[in-house]
Amino acid sequence: MDIGPASAPPLLQLHGLSLRGPLQQSVIDGLSLQVAAGEIVALIGESGSGKTMAARSILRLLPPQIQVSAGAVLFEGRDLYALTDTNMRRLRGTAIGMVFQDPTMSLNPAMRVGAQLVEGLRQSTAMSQRECLFVAAEMLERVHVPNPVACMQQFPHQFSEGARQRIMLASAMLGKPRLLIADEPTSSLDSLTQHEVMQTLVSVTKAAGSGVLLITHDLGLVARYADNVVVVHKGQSVEAGPTASVLQTPRGSYTRALIAALPGLRKARKAVPASPPLIEATDVQVAFRARTWPAQSIPVLAVDRVSLSLRPGETVAIVGGSGAGKTTLARALADLQPLSGGSIRFRGMTLPGSNTLQRQFRIACQFIFQDPYSSLDPRHRVSEIVSEPLRHDASSKGRRRTSVLEMLDSVGLLRLQMRFPHELSAGQRQRVAIARALVRNPELVIADEPFSTLDMMTQRQLIELLKVLQERHGFACVFITHSLATASELADRVMVMHHGRIVEQGSVDAVFDAPQDPYTRRLLNASNPRNAVLCVLAHQHQSSMGRTLQRGQTRGSTTHTTATEGP
Amino acid sequence: MKLHVAVWAGSLLLALVVGMALASLVWTPYGPLSIDLTSRLLAPNAAHWLGTDEFGRDVLSRIMTAAASSLIVASLTVGIALIIGGCVGLAAGYFGGLADRLLMVFNDTLLAFPNVLFAFAVIVIAGQSKYGIVIGLGPAYAPTVARVVRSSVLSLRERAYVESSRVMGNSSAYTLFRHVLPNCTAPLLMLATSLFGWIILAEGTLNFLGLGVPPPAPTWGNMLASGRPYIEAAPWLCIAPGMCFALTLLAVNMLGDALRDRLDPRTRKF
Repeated sequence: MDIGPASAPPLLQLHGLSLRGPLQQSVIDGLSLQVAAGEIVALIGESGSGKTMAARSILRLLPPQIQVSAGAVLFEGRDLYALTDTNMRRLRGTAIGMVFQDPTMSLNPAMRVGAQLVEGLRQSTAMSQRECLFVAAEMLERVHVPNPVACMQQFPHQFSEGARQRIMLASAMLGKPRLLIADEPTSSLDSLTQHEVMQTLVSVTKAAGSGVLLITHDLGLVARYADNVVVVHKGQSVEAGPTASVLQTPRGSYTRALIAALPGLRKARKAVPASPPLIEATDVQVAFRARTWPAQSIPVLAVDRVSLSLRPGETVAIVGGSGAGKTTLARALADLQPLSGGSIRFRGMTLPGSNTLQRQFRIACQFIFQDPYSSLDPRHRVSEIVSEPLRHDASSKGRRRTSVLEMLDSVGLLRLQMRFPHELSAGQRQRVAIARALVRNPELVIADEPFSTLDMMTQRQLIELLKVLQERHGFACVFITHSLATASELADRVMVMHHGRIVEQGSVDAVFDAPQDPYTRRLLNASNPRNAVLCVLAHQHQSSMGRTLQRGQTRGSTTHTTATEGP
Repeated sequence: MKLHVAVWAGSLLLALVVGMALASLVWTPYGPLSIDLTSRLLAPNAAHWLGTDEFGRDVLSRIMTAAASSLIVASLTVGIALIIGGCVGLAAGYFGGLADRLLMVFNDTLLAFPNVLFAFAVIVIAGQSKYGIVIGLGPAYAPTVARVVRSSVLSLRERAYVESSRVMGNSSAYTLFRHVLPNCTAPLLMLATSLFGWIILAEGTLNFLGLGVPPPAPTWGNMLASGRPYIEAAPWLCIAPGMCFALTLLAVNMLGDALRDRLDPRTRKF
């Protein structure tokens, strides 16, 4: 490329791009955007808004049933759809790189990391195997994978999710692409890892001078990292411009809704009346035996001497990164996981206990699972799923039917009761799961990251729903999450978990405003999208800061965490 | 569209075979056992549509009677294999641990044994008859079923909806039969249809070898065997039962694929 910077066309231009599906329905309608070298442009929208298809259309990797019906994709001024297949293939990887959402699915599990990294490099350059390995190790170092040389000999499953996404990033950046397309690169990661991976992505691409098209549903990410933002809603671009001004003065109602959907508004708390604890865990330990060959019995403590007690009607959030032992603790509390030490008492009686006690506990305690895809039996209709817990109920058939309908009505699924789970969206499925958990009026609900796979808008709706339902039914709740922001909305108390232990606990205000443990501080720093948005506004437009914060405050937010959040 | 063709063609073929079998219970053109030495080895003609054999017996009548015996044997055998194998597979997969290991060691030992040989051993003890074949072949095919069921259950057991059934306080038996077993239907149905085909063939093999239903009662297998010496002079003696084998297997396989798609709400199209 000999063209001087002054006359150079922008790196990537989409001109009124329209995509159509198999039934001629519009997937993307007239999307225009521009990415300049060294710039990060975010494409934000909820799931199903067509943003992933827009990204794939740039690489000409659309699924066969989706067609470009109008518009052009220009890369450095060249129309990508006018290129021959061979020329297009040459661009992929070396000029345009891509990082996908799920690093587990996009790395070949049967190939060593080194071999996978080198694979693309050998194709596109004339370097020898040794040189390639050297360059790959260097790149791994740049994305902060510890001990890169040893890593190259390992298989993908030996890495954590975050490290795998870094490896993906390294592999995409190895070809020195001038444009990097990152499709929800951090959505499957917990908030702390999310933060670290994004930092790495930004520093690596900035150093290489590549432009980045960041596809995401998370406004927090956009606020922190993007220079420009394009908001997509139902396939149409509803707003575009520099991030700060879009967040500052959102013109479209959808953008305003997106901003309002950010979690992190603390709920107005009522004092929970003093009463004997509903469930009480003392020094709970859960150990797993590590699988090694030859077999050795090295127990790994997933949960290490955790104590907690919960009064009726109270909500406690257990917050921590992935691998902290949150889910294991939740399963132990629900009596789904045998303990290796300690005890759990329910209404003062030790579990598992007699059959009658177990039965009472099963009726009183319900569980909401993380993955809305596997928690519903694919062969049952929504109404059957929701009525199943009432099987053990003594009331009459008509009475049961009424409570199922009432429950479906309160989660807004009355019209969809004859559907099968695969005919529902992820958010609707999670509503079914919530309805199933609450239909028997349980005293305790244990929710294991129920919202972490959903986009921000859906999350917001479900958080509101859960709040309303809790007010109405008054159940106690153990809420497992990796996001402090979500925790602050629902919980009375927060327990921060790290490496199987509780490192900090206290009321939401105490933990958020005066965190004691360094891990809590890191989590706080990484996981509050609302603060990230406020922060951008505070920097770019000092004058209007007061107004925004006031709005936040009246709804329960405080300025203190914003202050600790400085760049 | 393609699916519909398979469904119709499969149903039609199977209806033909089943119809033949049912009709034979009340009526056949001639007695399947009645010997007529004056009309031996006649080629197909207006009186004998599929010709006659070396004893002058009507081939069509014999094939119809044989169809009934084959279908009864195959259905009963598939049933026995599914019930025994299904229970073993469910228990091994769902409960795991020692039960799983013991059951699977036993299962794999049986699996290593050639099916027909196993059936042969049982028939020697149980005696040569239709039901001897059923008792021999059923347990011989059960280990295959157990393997398939167990592997489905192993993956289903980890699904959150099975766990959530536990959270609701449902018993293991309820969970197994309400949430686990129905979700094994697709692989089971595929297996059942394949089994039906294999068993018809295995039953034919046993009869061909003279280990099954003793003559003069007709089976497709023993008709093939007795027609073999006349293959050049009277090829219809082998072609007719051979075609019966081929068409039945084809029908069952076509229907199996279609049924599996029909029974799963995720792939239901018609």
